[in-house]
Amino acid sequence: MVAQRPLRVVRCGGSQLSGARAVFSADAKYLLCASGDYVKVYSTATEECVHILQGHTNLVTGIQLNPQNHMQLYSCSLDGTVKLWDFTDGILIKTFVVGYKLFAFYTLAGSEDSVFIIIPKKNEESLDSFQLVSVKLPKTPDQAVEAKELSLILDDIGQSPKCTAFGREVYLLFWMFFFYIKCINYILATSRKGANNYFTCVACHPKEDCIASGHKDGKIRLWRNFNHKREYTFSTLHWHHDVVMDLAFSVEGTSLLSGGVESVLVQWRDGSDCKKEFLPRLGSAIEHISASPDGTLYCTSHTENSTYSKTTFLLLRCDIKTGLVIDPRTKALVLNGKPGHLQFYCLQTDKQLYNLDIVQQEYIHQIGLNQVDLVKAAFSARGSWLATVEQREEKETELELQMKLWNYDEQTQSFTLNTRINMPHEDHVTALCFRDTDELEDGTPTLVTAGKDGQFKVWVLVDDSDSEKQSMGWNCDFVGSYHNYPATNCCFSEDGSLLAVSFEETVTVWNSDTWDLICTFCHPPGKIQNLCFGRLSCSKYLLGTTDNGFLCCWNLLSCALEWSAQLNVMVLQPDPLSENIAAVSQLLEGSDLFVFKPNEPRPFCIQRNVCRERVQWAVFIPRDVPESVGSEKHQWLSRSQLYFLTETQDLLTFSTKSTEERLTPSSKQLAVEESLPMTPFYLLLGKHRHQQQSKENADLGTAVVQSHLAQVSPAIKELLHTPAHVLPSASFLCSIFINSMLISKENKSAGEVVEVEMDSEKAEDESDEDLDLTEMEQDMNPTEFLDEITQTKLSKSQEKQLRKIRRMDYSWVAVL
Amino acid sequence: MGEFQVHRVRFFAYMPAGIRCVAHSARSARLALARTDGALEVYNFAANYFQEKGIPGHETRSTEALCWAAGDRLFGAGLGGDISEYDLEKLRVKYSLDGFGGPIWSMAADPSGTQLAVGCEDGSVKLFQVLPDKIQFERSLDRQKGRVMSLSWHPSGTRIAVGSIDLLRVFDVKSGHAIQRILVDRRLQGLYSCECVVWSVAFLSDGTIVSSDSVGKVQFWDSEKGTLLETHPVSSSAALCLAVSEEEDSIVVGTSEGAVYQFQLLPVKWGSAESKWVRTKPFQHHTHDVRAVAHSATALISGGLDAQLVIRPLMEKMHGKGYDAALRKFTFPHRRLVSCAKKAGLLLFQFPQHLELWRLGATSSAGKDGDILPVSRAPEHLLQLKSKGPEHICCSCISLCGSWIAYSTASRLHLHRVHVENGSVSVKRVPKVPKLLCSAHQLLCSADSTSLFVASDQGAVHVLKLLEPGGCGPLQTLRPNSGSPEAVYLLAASADGDWLAAAGGDWEVNVYSLRHFKPHCTVPAYHCAVTALAIHPVTNNLVITHSDQQVFEFSIPDREYTTWSRKVQQHGLHRGWLERDTPITHITFNPNQPAHILLHDTHMFCILDKSLPLPDDATPLMNQTALKQLSEKARRGHAHAFKICKKYQPLLFVDLLEEGSLVVVERPLMDIKTQLPPPVQQKKFGT
Repeated sequence: MVAQRPLRVVRCGGSQLSGARAVFSADAKYLLCASGDYVKVYSTATEECVHILQGHTNLVTGIQLNPQNHMQLYSCSLDGTVKLWDFTDGILIKTFVVGYKLFAFYTLAGSEDSVFIIIPKKNEESLDSFQLVSVKLPKTPDQAVEAKELSLILDDIGQSPKCTAFGREVYLLFWMFFFYIKCINYILATSRKGANNYFTCVACHPKEDCIASGHKDGKIRLWRNFNHKREYTFSTLHWHHDVVMDLAFSVEGTSLLSGGVESVLVQWRDGSDCKKEFLPRLGSAIEHISASPDGTLYCTSHTENSTYSKTTFLLLRCDIKTGLVIDPRTKALVLNGKPGHLQFYCLQTDKQLYNLDIVQQEYIHQIGLNQVDLVKAAFSARGSWLATVEQREEKETELELQMKLWNYDEQTQSFTLNTRINMPHEDHVTALCFRDTDELEDGTPTLVTAGKDGQFKVWVLVDDSDSEKQSMGWNCDFVGSYHNYPATNCCFSEDGSLLAVSFEETVTVWNSDTWDLICTFCHPPGKIQNLCFGRLSCSKYLLGTTDNGFLCCWNLLSCALEWSAQLNVMVLQPDPLSENIAAVSQLLEGSDLFVFKPNEPRPFCIQRNVCRERVQWAVFIPRDVPESVGSEKHQWLSRSQLYFLTETQDLLTFSTKSTEERLTPSSKQLAVEESLPMTPFYLLLGKHRHQQQSKENADLGTAVVQSHLAQVSPAIKELLHTPAHVLPSASFLCSIFINSMLISKENKSAGEVVEVEMDSEKAEDESDEDLDLTEMEQDMNPTEFLDEITQTKLSKSQEKQLRKIRRMDYSWVAVL
Repeated sequence: MGEFQVHRVRFFAYMPAGIRCVAHSARSARLALARTDGALEVYNFAANYFQEKGIPGHETRSTEALCWAAGDRLFGAGLGGDISEYDLEKLRVKYSLDGFGGPIWSMAADPSGTQLAVGCEDGSVKLFQVLPDKIQFERSLDRQKGRVMSLSWHPSGTRIAVGSIDLLRVFDVKSGHAIQRILVDRRLQGLYSCECVVWSVAFLSDGTIVSSDSVGKVQFWDSEKGTLLETHPVSSSAALCLAVSEEEDSIVVGTSEGAVYQFQLLPVKWGSAESKWVRTKPFQHHTHDVRAVAHSATALISGGLDAQLVIRPLMEKMHGKGYDAALRKFTFPHRRLVSCAKKAGLLLFQFPQHLELWRLGATSSAGKDGDILPVSRAPEHLLQLKSKGPEHICCSCISLCGSWIAYSTASRLHLHRVHVENGSVSVKRVPKVPKLLCSAHQLLCSADSTSLFVASDQGAVHVLKLLEPGGCGPLQTLRPNSGSPEAVYLLAASADGDWLAAAGGDWEVNVYSLRHFKPHCTVPAYHCAVTALAIHPVTNNLVITHSDQQVFEFSIPDREYTTWSRKVQQHGLHRGWLERDTPITHITFNPNQPAHILLHDTHMFCILDKSLPLPDDATPLMNQTALKQLSEKARRGHAHAFKICKKYQPLLFVDLLEEGSLVVVERPLMDIKTQLPPPVQQKKFGT
């Protein structure tokens, strides 16, 4: 890593997951989703992302399992290639270059070597007419093959992959399906003028000659008998009140699933109107539905980018209003989730941690109904307080605002509502921030909100407990304004002594103790768009950007403009751990990134064209472990990582590593328990097996992260969390371990090891009781206690060994 | 088009009776329909669904089941316990036979048409043999408990499926024993289960029984094993009736929510023999119970308590969009129910059991086109004449001067002399009206109110002299030369009193000379039913409209079609005109404009101007509003013979009064709907 590598923009999460229908693997153990330029492989059991299949250079538009080999996956992309993957290992097998923009992809079990794709007509840019062609995939051993043998099947079809579906088996049959769908489309379009029965999606029955079509008016039609020219017939199912977004048949075709904007998954049994079941409150409009081959799982993808198959995977919404916020406690990215929810999104695993219901109202989908929406969120420095602002705007004049303050409850490990403030401002709240130092010193937690009504308000936590109940609440402490200009931004300096509030063109600096106006800055005629204080050694600087394209840096000591640069800055984000400040500017062709320190006007890092789209938000996320960065130029990435979100919900970050390096950890994460059947025996001995397994893993030196490790006894955990290089050699540990497993004459049996486990637990319980009853061994460490228990059962040599390990552990922890 | 003062009459409170049962005969392409008041109608599908025949109702007769048997013989049975055969030539009940099993709920003819099976209240199924001139009780199948609500023959004629309450049974015809007993599950309502009435069954040739019941299910049963094959819930209330197509690949089901569903037997896979019943199309044309359905080869026919007969063609069986492929709804009879005394300004309304005489209102002011004039004298209800006896009125008429009212029931002709003087009305029954040997089917007074023409059986027309101050002369009879067996149902007399035209059930139009009392000539035969007749007061041309919407003009003095009529036939009528779905029911003339013919059907009235050119298919048929915006000169260039007004709907009657004002009798469908009981409550989304 010494050699200088170029800084690369890497997609790390989010992005349009709902671009194509998700696909279940044949054994339903994996769920494959197209996500932006990648295909993600999720384990259905653990919801972990197992692999990311990278290789396409544009949006992936269709994925299908290879009908000849169910361990392989075809994917097609707008970059004009079809790629064949081995998704269990995450290996690219082959690339077929077609050379057109591919909009959808289908395979058919009957046709051995050809697949079907939708391409634009004549490869024009005016994307309004499309055609379905079949492509013969040449059978050559090369990695990249040109597939040029196209044969036209159908002209003038819909672009959306949902508008085409393939039927059962017969080659001859399926194009009749097409023909008919087209015919029906024509008939319906012509016969009923003005009726809202445009097709939105089709699905073919897997066993019978039946096509289900979803319509714009919310009806589902089941077409039958369509292979006769005239005597086709259909029956209608109607529950949805708005567009049917997607349809899917179960594997046997006994039930039909439909979803729409109502965010209710409807299951129709036997194609009957009367037998339907609902799965309501799925969060948001259902975009795609797919059913697993074993019939146990259904997957719905939503317009807001989440995927459910019993549980949530991840989520990014179209209109992120809260911006990107970091939860200081979990280091999770916090942003709008489901309507009215705040989601906590772990970036390390690209996985949603949990959703916090802020609005606490049922979400009803209806056109023209304005929902209460979450617009702002902020955390206090330690993450013990969360402030949220929600608003509902019926008309211009009728604005409903509500600010909520949430306290982190250690016991329930979640946020609980502390204070609810109706109409904190008369107009929109434009910014809110906590004073960072609130918990370090004796100072009370302080929150500042800025509103369009020309005021900024200071809220402090007040102890208003009475004799009966102890309670804390937030009250307004100070209201400031400046010539009644709308307040647009506010921020505290690092030490919390200064507050900067921008009022249109003017930046005002206030003393946070006395709330006196200290000084003002302005850079006419530009209105202030972003505002932030410098950090650490540069804390005497205040930075602001104006809407006429200037970045200004003011010196707070001299109260003068230090420097300014002409730069159309969209996002200004300071790094909390260093002096660095990142600015993203928007030019016509793309966004550029500048990283600079406030004390010098020259940026030390410029990254041109980081993405095509506009960058909406950016955030620095502190790293758990500082990363060693080779080049001096990229030193700013060592402590924290910059993530930014574009308009298309691509969450991007910067990385100096090559693709392969980035891939390795996730590839190794292939969970071992995947391949094991779930039997009662497994459940019975599961705990023991994990112990054994993890020990083996530890011996091998791989860092296996498994969620249920927490349940395993602390000693094992300790053992496992020890880095490999400080452990005794594997052969040494192995012999002890195997000895312990052997059924020997000296009463050492495998069963007994399990007993040891159980005993230790029992003993732990007992010890708890003891603590309660006698309070004699108050400072007794559970691990020590456990060790004692283990000691009694283990031989003296082992005991010695374990002690040795323990000592080593502690020393290592102390070093950290 | 000419401007008229229009009397817009909405006080004719006519209520069509609900449809109780229908029977479709594929052989003769006719549909027999029984209404809840006991009236029977026969529609001829070959003649553009024209209501060819009508038998007036009877107070004590309620028809629960109709069937065609032994060719074109029509049988009916009802809750009176009688089985009757209808005489479709003489338009009356031929004979009745007591079934001796209490009220009859169902009846079906066996596939060969030689036996009738009748399901009775007492739980018995009786077989009647159809003999050439009567029916005869043959035997009774094993009597079971519970009334027999429905029955159906197996196409082989060896089994009968019987629907009862909570039960389905299969009888072997030969032995008369019940060989299968199938329980139909009830619906649970709270703690109690309510009984399940099997409203309708159908026995398919493969041994499958289809049942529809009061729980709202359509179920398919295996008659051999007595097991349930499929269940299709179609309604939250009852599924009242079902009918199977002849090929047994389609079933139509009517429910009490007014919806009609089609089930189709569709192959599961292309080319495979396996097929299943799928509920395909729902149709919601009715607002109330659909009590009767029928399945013709190309259409679904449903009739409901809202008195509508709906014929819904199956598009896949149709070849191209045309007249046959249009949906049809019939609410009103294709018969004249209103007669007008042109000179006196009186209207006579015919109800099933009474007549109403109204005087039209008058206005003293004048206004522009489109103005609504204030009424200076409100329309006045002068008289209500109640008919005696249980029989319903079949026809009525008022003389042009308004002094004679005649009406007829199935057995008697009544004649009344009316004096209207200064607001006081006196009615005197004319005594000694000659007893007719057979019933009257149409009545008409001559223009000078001196004679009454009575249309009768076997093509005969009786002429009765009306004598002042309230008597009648002897009966004279006109008979056609051809000796047709069918009854006459349309009459037209000339204004000068010389000619009388009569159209019979065999669609033959005879012209009689009243001066000589003998047949004058016969209009060349046309293959479609005559819907209206009228003789021009000036030229004595007979105008005939047919159910295929053709219009003919026949010169009586010359005994041939007029040149205009030949021109129309050569040129062909406009497509828009031919594709109208209700027949012309009345023709009248404007004496001031001899070239004008006034025609009307249920949805429009039209002034046919013979002096103007006929439109071709390229020009719009309805061009009145477009013409209004054109200049005088351009208007002349664009005008064509058909001047159509659709302002008044639905029309029951249009006539021109003596003083030149137009009478338009409307019966808005909304008024009928408000008179009906509330329909089954249904949850509607968004309410």
